Amino acid sequence: MTRVALFITCVNDALFPETPKAVVRILERLGYDVDFPAAQTCCGQMHANSGFKKDATRLARDFDDVFGGYDAIVTPSGSCAAMARDQYPHLTGSDIGKRVHELSEFLVDVAGVEDVGAHFPHTVTYHPTCHGTRALGLGDKPLRLLRAVGGIDLVDLPAADQCCGFGGTFALKNAEVSTAMLADKCANAAATSAEYLAAADNSCLTHIGGGISRTGGPRPIHYAEILASTA
Amino acid sequence: MSDLVPAASLIPAGAPFPKAAKVALGMPQLRRNLAHATGTIRAKRAKVAGELDDWEALRDTAAAVKANVQRRLPELAVRFEENATAAGAVVHWARDAAEANRIAARLVREAGAEEVVKVKSMATQEIELNEHFEAEGLRAFETDLAELIVQLAEDKPSHILVPAIHYNRTEIRDIFSQRMGDAPAGLTDDPAALAEAARLHLRRRFLSSTVAVSGANFAVAETGSLVVVESEGNGRMCLTMPETLISIVGIEKLLPDFADLEVFMQLLPRSSTGERMNPYTSVWTGVQDGDGPQHVHIILLDNGRTGVLADEVGRQALSCIRCSACLNVCPVYERTGGHAYGHVYPGPIGAILAPQLEPGRHDDLPYASSLCGACYEVCPVKINIPEVLVHLRQQGPHGAGERAAMGAAEAVMARPRLWRTALRLARLGSMPWRRKGFVRRMPWPASRWTASRDLPVPPKESFRDWWKEREK
Amino acid sequence: MSARDEILARMRTALKDASAPPAVPREYRRALDLEVDIVAMLIDRLVDYKANVHHGAAAIEEALAGARRVAVPADLPAEWRVGGAEFVEDRGLTTAELDGVDAVLTGCAAAVAVSGTIMLDAGAAQGRRALTLVPDHHVVVVRRDQITGHLAEALPRLDRTAPQTWISGPSATSDIELQRVEGVHGPRRLDVVLLD
Ligand code: SF4
Repeated sequence: MTRVALFITCVNDALFPETPKAVVRILERLGYDVDFPAAQTCCGQMHANSGFKKDATRLARDFDDVFGGYDAIVTPSGSCAAMARDQYPHLTGSDIGKRVHELSEFLVDVAGVEDVGAHFPHTVTYHPTCHGTRALGLGDKPLRLLRAVGGIDLVDLPAADQCCGFGGTFALKNAEVSTAMLADKCANAAATSAEYLAAADNSCLTHIGGGISRTGGPRPIHYAEILASTA
Repeated sequence: MSDLVPAASLIPAGAPFPKAAKVALGMPQLRRNLAHATGTIRAKRAKVAGELDDWEALRDTAAAVKANVQRRLPELAVRFEENATAAGAVVHWARDAAEANRIAARLVREAGAEEVVKVKSMATQEIELNEHFEAEGLRAFETDLAELIVQLAEDKPSHILVPAIHYNRTEIRDIFSQRMGDAPAGLTDDPAALAEAARLHLRRRFLSSTVAVSGANFAVAETGSLVVVESEGNGRMCLTMPETLISIVGIEKLLPDFADLEVFMQLLPRSSTGERMNPYTSVWTGVQDGDGPQHVHIILLDNGRTGVLADEVGRQALSCIRCSACLNVCPVYERTGGHAYGHVYPGPIGAILAPQLEPGRHDDLPYASSLCGACYEVCPVKINIPEVLVHLRQQGPHGAGERAAMGAAEAVMARPRLWRTALRLARLGSMPWRRKGFVRRMPWPASRWTASRDLPVPPKESFRDWWKEREK
Repeated sequence: MSARDEILARMRTALKDASAPPAVPREYRRALDLEVDIVAMLIDRLVDYKANVHHGAAAIEEALAGARRVAVPADLPAEWRVGGAEFVEDRGLTTAELDGVDAVLTGCAAAVAVSGTIMLDAGAAQGRRALTLVPDHHVVVVRRDQITGHLAEALPRLDRTAPQTWISGPSATSDIELQRVEGVHGPRRLDVVLLD
């Protein structure tokens, strides 16, 4: 059995245990041996993107210490994978990012599967998160995985490629602009009448979900939880 | 008819971006105009860029050519000067805005003129040439339709390609009717009628002006040529009819060879107006006997550019060809417009260029981005704008509060046991603010989030607990 | 120190530790695929930009329809001066005189099919820049051998240091709500006559 390390990300560690659980279920279903190095914390993205290079560099080094011994590191976050791949070389000179795979990359490119044997009889719309799509180049990999899910009814999200307005500390520093972007995203999501809004990053989903919980609309869900579902 | 209030005047001068943006967000007409205009141009750009199967190869070449220009700037600038001079142009050098304005004003006086016609140029806006001329008793008449609208409205440009993008046709009709002395009675808001009114208004001036001021899109070192890319023909008028032509050109506009135009003249029109080619491109080299201006001056402008050049990461901002594609796709720009940025270069390019051109003055701009990367995706010269934004954030100053918060977060995250404890405390800590499974309202600074968004409650069982349980 | 020397010195200081410039890849296209009909493509693009297209020297008359006085460069071929209009040779016409003609008739240096671009470089049968700018109607004659598919094929045909005007359709603006409107300061009517 091939061994892979799971990097759950600090956001999921704090708020969304169901997502990393889902990743474990999918990978084990496909026959992988999943390891969870308990010393993991955060990739350092918040610090780096907020301009705190020293702090980010220390966290990047820790990441290397924790995950350095693994050939494949899987994470359910496009932006954390992009952080390791794009910024670590500048911060620490480490190329560990090449071994960090966002879940859909790992499934489609490494494991070579699109149908992971999931069943999810609901209407779902998909928001391609910016870092996943642009920085990481996920393309339609998450969508390909979702299309193969049994019973699913995928509906297009209008203006899907538009940023939801999260952007890490942008959501706080420029809260008004962030909220204006969020309002459009929520309106577009609601217009689909889907039951679920899926995405590849729980940080964006926290933001979108935080808006939808006030204005109404589809329930936010990490696409890994859909792929793990067999009900 | 509504009273004319220049949009820029509503934004408090010198306001930091978040404050200025808040004002702009409160102008519904402005937001509708911007959303409509940027939406239109986005679709056009995507269509014509998609027509070329070698688009990415063109971008790669353009980025590399520009990177070469930056590394070879001293050599190319001197070469340009030699070739332009040999062709009959007079080349001047200006360390900063004040020097460029002084030279330009002196040249206008020496030509015996008090008025000049102008082709739209970002460099002249950057150095505030019009204002300087006015202070010296000279007058500069903008001839580009959008610049004319902005000048008549006594407003400021809000976009680098379409400075009046924040006005819709009805507002433009009102501006013309109220401010353009010779506007036809009963002018409608039909764009063709508005263009016709501008044509009539400017024609006499074109045919009688003796001095013109322009910028340039490209300066070709190999030949000493300047290139101006435009649509309306006002550029051709200014570059052809007067006796004296003064072109103010940023030193970063250099291209090594004439043949490089085969790359940039495919990228620029498709990226800017979303056309396969803009209606008019003018190329001139010094003075041509019996054809066009007989006195040709070129002012090579530094004004902070050599400072940008010194930054290994930041210097890519000097590759910019001012196409404005990054503005048109930017979700922040689309909602705030250009005035909120408080600089002639707004949008993503402004957010990386303004703080570098004027160090210490625009430290808020690198934060005016969600780092979504849409700008990088469309930039024809592949400027990695998100990379430079993050780089500038890392160079710039931070408030004490934020420094403390980030430091504390790092201290916890760097110690796995502390991190786990913190996660447990978070669940308890959020208790008082929970409503129906969500955290609704929190005290400052978390209120910056909860003012418009709920926050989920930390889970009962963490992933770590679950993992430990099943490992048993 | 002069401004020139100071700016050059600033550049050199700024670049002191700069990494070497990257090699320039040139993987882009320099020509269209052979099977592309470049004449048809040129016509398609011209029409798209609201230019009128005519065929054959005899059609010059139809292209000039409505013009009584037509300015021409002094070296315009005699066989292009067809129809009943008065042809006024540009031997130093004043701006007012140029403003007074109904149209201008010239040749060109090259044309680019992909973008529908006609290029003038002040060479044979083209005249000076003001000639093709001030009159409101420009009729331009394009020979078959002047049509290229791609911009990269057209550039080498130009006299690089001569004053050039590249024209793609009549003058236009997109300044009002980003919508293209034809006809501002340059000639509002562009007629292209293709010769075989
Ligand atoms: S940064 Fe790139 S996209 Fe933006 S204006 Fe400059 S060249 Fe265009």
